[in-house]
Amino acid sequence: MSSTSIHTTDDRISDDAAESTFREVDDLERAIPAIEFRNVVLAFDDRVILNSLSFKVMKGETKIILGGSGGGKSTIIKLVLGLLKPDSGQILVDGEDVTEYSEYQMMSVRKKIGMVFQEGALFDSLSVYDNVAYRLHEQGVPEEEVEPEVRRMLRFVNLEDAIDKMPIELSGGMRRRVGIARALIGDPKIVLFDEPTAGLDPPTARTICELAMKLRDLEDVSSIFVTHEMNNLEYICSEYAVVDDEGKVVFEREGERLCLINSKVMMMRQGNIIFSGTDESLRRASDPYIQKFLRGH
Amino acid sequence: MNFATRALLELQESTLLAARSLGGLFRKPRYLPETIAQMDAIGVGSLTIIILTGFFTGGVLTVQTFPTLKTYGAQSQTGYLVAVSLVRELGPVLCALMVTGRVGSAISAELGSMVVSQQIDAMRALGTDPVRKLVAPRILALLISLPLLTVLADVLGIFGGWVTAVALYSVPSTIFVNSVRDAITTDDLIGGVVKPLVFSLIIGAIACRQGLNTEGGTVGVGRSTTRAVVTASIVVIIADYFLAKALQVILGTP
Repeated sequence: MSSTSIHTTDDRISDDAAESTFREVDDLERAIPAIEFRNVVLAFDDRVILNSLSFKVMKGETKIILGGSGGGKSTIIKLVLGLLKPDSGQILVDGEDVTEYSEYQMMSVRKKIGMVFQEGALFDSLSVYDNVAYRLHEQGVPEEEVEPEVRRMLRFVNLEDAIDKMPIELSGGMRRRVGIARALIGDPKIVLFDEPTAGLDPPTARTICELAMKLRDLEDVSSIFVTHEMNNLEYICSEYAVVDDEGKVVFEREGERLCLINSKVMMMRQGNIIFSGTDESLRRASDPYIQKFLRGH
Repeated sequence: MNFATRALLELQESTLLAARSLGGLFRKPRYLPETIAQMDAIGVGSLTIIILTGFFTGGVLTVQTFPTLKTYGAQSQTGYLVAVSLVRELGPVLCALMVTGRVGSAISAELGSMVVSQQIDAMRALGTDPVRKLVAPRILALLISLPLLTVLADVLGIFGGWVTAVALYSVPSTIFVNSVRDAITTDDLIGGVVKPLVFSLIIGAIACRQGLNTEGGTVGVGRSTTRAVVTASIVVIIADYFLAKALQVILGTP
């Protein structure tokens, strides 16, 4: 009995130790940036697109990249995915240096990343179901496991009714939401948004931002959100998603109960970072370009 | 970049693309349903134009050659001439040119549209290699379909020649058939199959390369489609010249 008791205590001690070790490991894991750029340079012929760019996106953080057209914002996303290769510098994804990875090696890295394209980039010949299920079909997941997962993702973007439709039958906003569902299948821990609200009406743009906030606050997803629309910044940096007592997702404004620290802003101009910090400090920045960008004139 | 450098670069890139796609056929995942769908689009979809092209080419060969042969009293050799011309040369080349026009343009336009609408980027972002998913099934489908279409064009061409010879010029059917039988050798048949295999690679690689290399929106899709058809057609004809000579040397045919 005694021996059993001692054994149980030892087990508890060992469980506590293990839990503590797991916590430490988890903390250490969280200290590794989800995405890191180190002095990345990219030029097309004589035109410098990115000029020695360095930044980090920590785990669970949303990095909003602002800037005018042609400033190199979308190029950053393509570099993360390995769709483009830098001329020099290093790109790390989840602590792994992917700079020199071949197309074949990048395939496994891309499985950790979800990508939301500007126009959705849905496959025209596939239905909404097949678009969302694409990644799972490619991985050879059995169909009985694919369908519940596809439905879960379409519920997340409020589009379960459109499951059998073809992309041509969807509105612009619906295409983007299907694009988000497709990006989120397989629960990637990193999601890249390439101007997901461009050309959308304000309520639909708000819906897309809410999805990004839900991912950040409820799913612990790290993301890069490329945009040039100031209302996106307003939503993402001042509101957060929580689950209320009835189990519904609601959005609360920062300051009522907590202060958002997991959203950062980076502004780019002609391949250079001209600002990096919080949205509050962005609004206080004295740079005339930033002020013009914020005011819109 | 001057014309010669650009042409060499295109040749290199198209060859690498074909090599990568063929290499991908031996590794998983294999895209069998896509390959079958492409065989349906390329092979079955091209049947009508190949039947018409083959039949009327054989017919016109008879129309053009019979009077000349008759001048020399060699009208009994009409079948020989039609069969040799078709099996060695016109069947493979005409078939390849028709398939280039119909299929090469479609491949290039489809892939080009996917590029400009970021579907290729999306595919790569979702962990799929577009070369294996899109290029390999198309090239494999061409490799299987084009030789079969060529054989069909040859057969229908000879049939067209026979119909014309018998109906228009009253050549006895047995004489025409016997001269066809005398004309075609095993070497001709080998050459008639080797050529479409090479042409398939040329058409597939050039059309896919041009499609995947599309730039500049919808205007760019049009440009790459035109470039694919023109380039593939010219390369097929140039390759035919060298293949004809190479096959003569290798097979020892006169």
